Amino acid sequence: MSQTTTDALPTALAEAQTRRRTDKLVIFTWGGDLDKVWPTLILATTAAAMGMEVLVFFTFWGLFPLVRNDVRLTGDNWMQKAMSLLHRGGTEHLRLSQMNFAGAGPAMMRKLAADHHVASPQELLELASDMGVRLVPCQMTMDLLGLKREDMIDGLGEPAGAATALAEAQDAITLFI
Amino acid sequence: MSTTIATTLDLKGLSCPLPIVKTAVALRTLRPGEVVEVLATDPGSVADFAAWCRSTGNELLAHAADGGTYRFVIRRK
Repeated sequence: MSQTTTDALPTALAEAQTRRRTDKLVIFTWGGDLDKVWPTLILATTAAAMGMEVLVFFTFWGLFPLVRNDVRLTGDNWMQKAMSLLHRGGTEHLRLSQMNFAGAGPAMMRKLAADHHVASPQELLELASDMGVRLVPCQMTMDLLGLKREDMIDGLGEPAGAATALAEAQDAITLFI
Repeated sequence: MSTTIATTLDLKGLSCPLPIVKTAVALRTLRPGEVVEVLATDPGSVADFAAWCRSTGNELLAHAADGGTYRFVIRRK
């Protein structure tokens, strides 16, 4: 079995070398935790800096960072309003997936990041928009949560669906964060 | 050939990905062939600027470390 693996290696390497280089990145952001959103935005801005075409599709809890920080209650019915009370969204209100400790974890992360001059999610989001990264919110999850365009930050692309994101992803490196 | 530096970016103190991102943004304002000097303190920027130049085709003319400061001289593609 190891012989087969060894034989296949040069072929695989040759294929990898001739494979067309991909200059496009599509990130599916489904998580709204600070520790998911932060690396998403770091990768998106860096890819843009490398001259790549970048699209970030924000779906489900991934919509949280796109909610305006000054918006408190969103939604039309009691369930959507209750959801927004449980998590208001906005880059300043994101939580950690682990070690959240009722907000103490994120507060420490933000302090550490500021001390180490790491750009905040808000700064990275604005940079991404300025650099031409397309930030596309998922229309279906917006409807589900009762989020309206006026609840969300400026600089977003037109809300779209899974087919749009997948069509963009067909010739791109894709990440699901 | 002497290298004329069109602009210097002081990115000391900034962490990943800002040195690369800010350099890329600044480079857009330069013309092809113009040279930028970047000063950074992020140790990761040594590997990152090399990789970024390799990937984008911008030319890393020189890099040096002086104490905790790294200096990169880059020519825009």
